[in-house]
Amino acid sequence: MSVGTTMAHVHAESIPTPRPARRRRARWPVAYVAPAVIALGVTFGYSFVEVVRYSFYAGSLGALTYVGGANYTAIFQDPQFTHSLLDNLKLLITVPVITLLALGVALVINTGLRGWRAYRAIIFLPYILPATAMGLAFSYLLQGGGVLDSLLRDAGMSFLIHDWLGSPSWVLFSIGGVIVWQQLGFGVVVFSAALLNVPAEIIEAARLDGAGWWRIQVSVMVPYIKRIIEFFVILEAIAALSSVFTYVYVLTGAGPAYSSSVMEFYIYQNGFENGAIGVASAAAVVLLAIASALIAIFLWVRTRASKDRA
Amino acid sequence: MTAAIRVGSRQLLLVVLCVLSLYPLWFMLDTALKSPQQYALNPTGLASHPTFVNFQSVFSQWPFLTWVRNSLVATVVSVGVATVVAMMAAYAIVFSRGRGRELFVRTNIALMAIPPVALLVPMYTLMVQLHLINQLPAVIIFYCGLLVPFSVFFFVNFFREIPFELVEAARMDGASPSRVLVRVILPISGASTFTLVIVNAIFVWNELLIALVFLQANGSRTLMAGLALYQGRYVTNEPLLMAAAFLSVVPLGVLYVFGQRFFVRGLTAGIGK
Repeated sequence: MSVGTTMAHVHAESIPTPRPARRRRARWPVAYVAPAVIALGVTFGYSFVEVVRYSFYAGSLGALTYVGGANYTAIFQDPQFTHSLLDNLKLLITVPVITLLALGVALVINTGLRGWRAYRAIIFLPYILPATAMGLAFSYLLQGGGVLDSLLRDAGMSFLIHDWLGSPSWVLFSIGGVIVWQQLGFGVVVFSAALLNVPAEIIEAARLDGAGWWRIQVSVMVPYIKRIIEFFVILEAIAALSSVFTYVYVLTGAGPAYSSSVMEFYIYQNGFENGAIGVASAAAVVLLAIASALIAIFLWVRTRASKDRA
Repeated sequence: MTAAIRVGSRQLLLVVLCVLSLYPLWFMLDTALKSPQQYALNPTGLASHPTFVNFQSVFSQWPFLTWVRNSLVATVVSVGVATVVAMMAAYAIVFSRGRGRELFVRTNIALMAIPPVALLVPMYTLMVQLHLINQLPAVIIFYCGLLVPFSVFFFVNFFREIPFELVEAARMDGASPSRVLVRVILPISGASTFTLVIVNAIFVWNELLIALVFLQANGSRTLMAGLALYQGRYVTNEPLLMAAAFLSVVPLGVLYVFGQRFFVRGLTAGIGK
C-alpha cells in the first residue's frame, strides 16, 4: 500500500532546482499518505490478521487455547449460526424490492410533476435518520396490538392483523419492511439523478417511432441507466449483509426464539454476551469471505462501467 | 381527461409515499406530547392536551445531555481527523507520480464495503490492551479508521476533476506541497469537504454497534447507545422513549432542511464513479 518515491516530473526536471528541495519533493507523498496507511493498517490490517488468529482459539481473552478448526466445525453445526446466515440471505429479498420500487418512483418523478423536488426531498429523509431512534418508533408501530394493528382494525381489515414482531413467520418480513422504508429514498435519488442524464434526442426518437410512455420507460430509460442500477443493487446487497444489526437489535433482539438473528447479531452475541471470542471470530471470518465475494463483484462492475465511459 | 387522471394518480402516489416517509417521525412527536395514560387510551390520535413533561424528564431523569456531548465529541473528532488524513492522502495520490497509487485507491474502495462487525473482536481486544474501554477515544479511533476509505475515495474523485496545471503552476512558482494544498486546493474544496463531513457525521452520529460494545458505562455512552440501553429499561413508557428518540433525530432534521443538497450529493457519491 505504500506509494512509490520516484517523482520524475517532466516539468520539474526541466527547471534547475536545488538538490535539497528536490529530495524533499520526492519524499512528500509518502509522508502525506502515511497517516491514512497507519489508520487503515490498525483498523483493517491488524484486525484481519487478529480475527483469523482468534478464530483458531477458544477461551476468553488472556486465557486462550489453540483448538485448530474446531470453531468452524462448531458454528456450522450450530443451528443459530445457520439460521443467522439464512436470515441474511432472506433479507437480500429487500434488494430487488427497493430497486424496483425506487425505479418506479424515479420514473414518475422524472416526468416533471409539479413539486417533484419537494417530494424527492421528503422521500429521501428516512435514509439519513438514525436506525436506532426510528427502530424504537417502529417497535411501537409494529408490536402486537400496536399502532399498525389498530389502524388495520379501524380500516375494517382485521384479517391483516398480526403480531408483526412477535410471530416467527412475520418478523423478518417486518424487519425487511423497515429496511425498505429507510432505503427507498436513496434509490429514488440515485435513479432520478441518473434519469436526468438521458439525452432528450433518444427519447424524442422513440416517441417519433410511436412508442408510448410505458414503452419509452422500459425500452429507453431503464436500459440507459443500467450501469447505475447494477451499482445500486450491489451496494444494497452489501448493506443487507453488513449493516442490519441496528434493526435487529432494536426491533426484536433477534427474537422471538432466535427467528430474526443475522450474522452481525450472532457475532455480537457470541463475542460480547457469551464471551466466546473464538466462535465470534470464526463467524466473522465467514462473513468476511462472503463480503469479499461481493466486493470482488463491486470492483468488477466499477471497472466495466469506467471502460464503458472511456 | 385521461391525462388529468394520469397526472393525478402520479401525484397521489408521491403524496402517499411522503406520508409514509414522515409518519414514523410524526408518531414520535405526537406520542412524546402525550402522557402514558393518554397514549394507552389513544395511541394514534392527536395529542389532545400536549404536555412537555416527557421532554423535561429526558433531561432531568436521564444522562441525556452527557450522551449528546459524547456523541458530539465522537463525531467532531473522528470526522475531523479522518477528513484531514484522507485529504492529505488523496492529495498525494492525485498530484504526485509514483507506483502503487492505483493499488492504494482500489484498496480503499474495497475496504469501504467491509462489514465493521468483522473487525469488532480484534478492535475490542486492542482497546482492552490500551485501557480505553468505556472511554470515548476507543470509538473515535475505530470510527476514524472506518471513515478513511470512503473519504479517500471521495477526495480522489474530487481532486481528479481539478486541472493538473493549476497545481503545476503553483509548484513552478516554488510553492511547497503543503503550501499548494493550503493555498490552491483548500480554497476550491469547501463545498466538497462540507459534503463529505456531512456524510461522515451521519455515520458516526447514527452508529450503534461499536458504541454499544465499547462504551458500557453510562457516563461514556453515545446518544444511540444510551437510547438502545434505555429502551429495555423504559419500554412501557412509550412517550418518554419517543421524546428521547425525537430529540436524537432533531439535529439531523434541522441540518437536512438547510443543507439538503449536501446530504444528497454526498450520500450518492459512492455510485457511478
